[in-house]
Amino acid sequence: MLDYVWLVPLFPAVGFIINGLIGKRIDRRLVGWIGCSAIGLSFFFSILLFFELIQLPPASRHHEFEIFEWVVSGDFRTVIGYQVDPLSILMALVVSGVSFFIHIYSIGYMHGDPGYPRYFTYLNLFVFMMLNLVLANNFLLMFVGWEGVGLCSYLLIGFWFEKDSASNAGKKAFVVNRVGDFGFLLGIFLIFTSLGTLDFTEVFHKAPSLGVTLATTIAILLFIGAAGKSAQLPLYVWLPDAMEGPTPVSSLIHAATMVTAGVYMIARCNVLYSMAPIALTVVAVIGVATAIYAASIGLTQNDIKRVLAYSTISQLGYMFLGVGVGAYGAGMFHLMTHAFFKGLLFLGAGSVMHAMSGELDMRKMGGLRSKIPITFWTFVPATLAITGVPFFSGFFSKDEILWQAYSSSHGHFLLWAVGVIAAGMTSFYMFRLLFMTFFGQCRAPEEVKKHIHESPKVMTIPLGVLSVLSIIGGYVGIPHIFGGGFNKIGEFLAPVVGGHGEVAKGHAVFSLEKVAHAAEGGGATATAHGLQSASMEVILMAISVIVALIGFLIAYVFYIKRPNLPGIVAEKAKILYTVLINKYFVDEIYEFCFVDSLKAVGIALWKGFDDLVIDGAVNGVGQLTVGSSRVLRRIQTGFVQSYAFFMIIGGVIVVGYYVIRAILLR
Amino acid sequence: MIIPTVPPACYLVLGAILFTIGVIGVLTRRNAIVVFMCIELMLNAVNVSFITLSRFLNSPHGVMFVFFVMAVAAAEAAVGLAIFVQLYRTRETINVDEINLMKW
Repeated sequence: MLDYVWLVPLFPAVGFIINGLIGKRIDRRLVGWIGCSAIGLSFFFSILLFFELIQLPPASRHHEFEIFEWVVSGDFRTVIGYQVDPLSILMALVVSGVSFFIHIYSIGYMHGDPGYPRYFTYLNLFVFMMLNLVLANNFLLMFVGWEGVGLCSYLLIGFWFEKDSASNAGKKAFVVNRVGDFGFLLGIFLIFTSLGTLDFTEVFHKAPSLGVTLATTIAILLFIGAAGKSAQLPLYVWLPDAMEGPTPVSSLIHAATMVTAGVYMIARCNVLYSMAPIALTVVAVIGVATAIYAASIGLTQNDIKRVLAYSTISQLGYMFLGVGVGAYGAGMFHLMTHAFFKGLLFLGAGSVMHAMSGELDMRKMGGLRSKIPITFWTFVPATLAITGVPFFSGFFSKDEILWQAYSSSHGHFLLWAVGVIAAGMTSFYMFRLLFMTFFGQCRAPEEVKKHIHESPKVMTIPLGVLSVLSIIGGYVGIPHIFGGGFNKIGEFLAPVVGGHGEVAKGHAVFSLEKVAHAAEGGGATATAHGLQSASMEVILMAISVIVALIGFLIAYVFYIKRPNLPGIVAEKAKILYTVLINKYFVDEIYEFCFVDSLKAVGIALWKGFDDLVIDGAVNGVGQLTVGSSRVLRRIQTGFVQSYAFFMIIGGVIVVGYYVIRAILLR
Repeated sequence: MIIPTVPPACYLVLGAILFTIGVIGVLTRRNAIVVFMCIELMLNAVNVSFITLSRFLNSPHGVMFVFFVMAVAAAEAAVGLAIFVQLYRTRETINVDEINLMKW
């Protein structure tokens, strides 16, 4: 049964081909059906594979299936092959599952768009590529998927390419991703040159033979790739602009799946990262810096999708913090819950836009709670989940990461502290978004107001499903302190991410083991330490909940109680506010440092080298021929007698030469 | 009756003189017919040299070449005169310095 893993990516590929070739000629409803059922089948087979997998004992939950040899050249051998293990099946489930609901939602959202078949074609291609990325059993196929999702991201951001801003945003995403992919590719090259293979199993098996320096270099190069794809500092700039695409695309690609590829990749390469503590620290620091940085920008944005975009960047930062402290399972856990609640938040935002005739500015919304109740009531659990309200999914995964950031051997108090502050900011901007959009007075123009309506069922049902997942999604990873043995996801992923990432036994035990090592068998002390550590976890959890509550309260006071307060605060902290609302002027700085200078180099090469040297050489040869023939053709007078005269002169010279030579030689 | 022996150099000089007259005629005369006749003169000057050398070298090759030259000259005369007739019909002149179509 596990051999049928190739069916999972096959269906989206078939859907892509059908819709791509004849999508324009067949009925629109059929296009939607094909698109959705392709993903649905893929989801169905992922579930089957999942159940097949969990019946095996944990240690043997690894299956590879090679379809054919792809590249064989000298020592280099790569196959098209898929592997099923807990990590890849979890990703496949999240990708195909969330995509399935977003595809259904898209039927309603894209209804009436002239590019409807094209949209589903791209979306199916995206899912195909994403499944290749997560199911690949070697780096090269993973890279194909990696580039493929980048291509689809480009195509879908620029879906409404007749808009200048959309096509520019697509280009920006593509170019920034190239920078990251460059690092990723170099990392792959380095792996091949030092280990002679790209197969995951072999690479991780041989990895211990790498020196620490080499492992660190590879890990950091791979992380550059991850930072590009997953929008981390300093390559995050493309993601906010990517909101130019259709909202379900933002939900699927730029929140739930593609941008998490970097986290998946690091979790996949956990062997390499665990060998390279410096690389792990880099990942963790960049992650937490991104988390707080993006959250701080999110505080002031007024565009509903941009707030969510910065929130995505910030949450991705958390995931990198998780994997960066060696808690790969925690990072993957947050990836999963984030896919649910952030996908839902974007779909909710899409539903709001649908109701508001495409309005994105939250300042022109408000009071939508009673007008679009389903959207509101599905939006609330997602907000509660992302802000880390206890017993919603985000609470479990975020606290898992924060706890690991504090307690893991790679962790540090500062990582935790910054993460908690970012969590407070998250809480503030999410409730700000909720209050500005759904509470208070409706600030929309009269015309828009009249048209406000709830979205059709095809859109609200996916919202409902995802909101249920946002609530219950966290219960697969209940921390130890609420009762042992319930951290199913950590247990499930342990065979792959294993090592220090093993959270299955519960945190207290984990710390206990560490302390026990130090104590060299001092059992009683160890237990005491274990208990202490458990109480520490409760304290830290309480702190982060309190911080989130403070964020909520500030948002409540600012946007419900005293709506004039934000303006006053903005006036008081004018410099800070200006910096934040302009996103730290990073776009402008990049424009100045990189874009303009590269443009200048390009223009210099164009004008200086291409126009002068290349064109000069080509045109010069032409002009030389033309010019010399212009002079030489004057010899051709057309008078036969002058030709005869020259012939005779020539004859005389030749004869004269021989005569004179004969005379001289005599 | 004694036929005085004429030294071969005299024949060769005669050929050279005839050839030079021909060349000068080709280069200076304007009437195409005259130019044409001068070319014939040059050909025949060469024929004289051929015969002379053939005789003195006791080789039949020169004689054979002369026959070839005469045959070619006859054919050339036919073609050349036909060209002149056509030229006269189109340009109404056979003055070579008025005919300068053979250029760029």
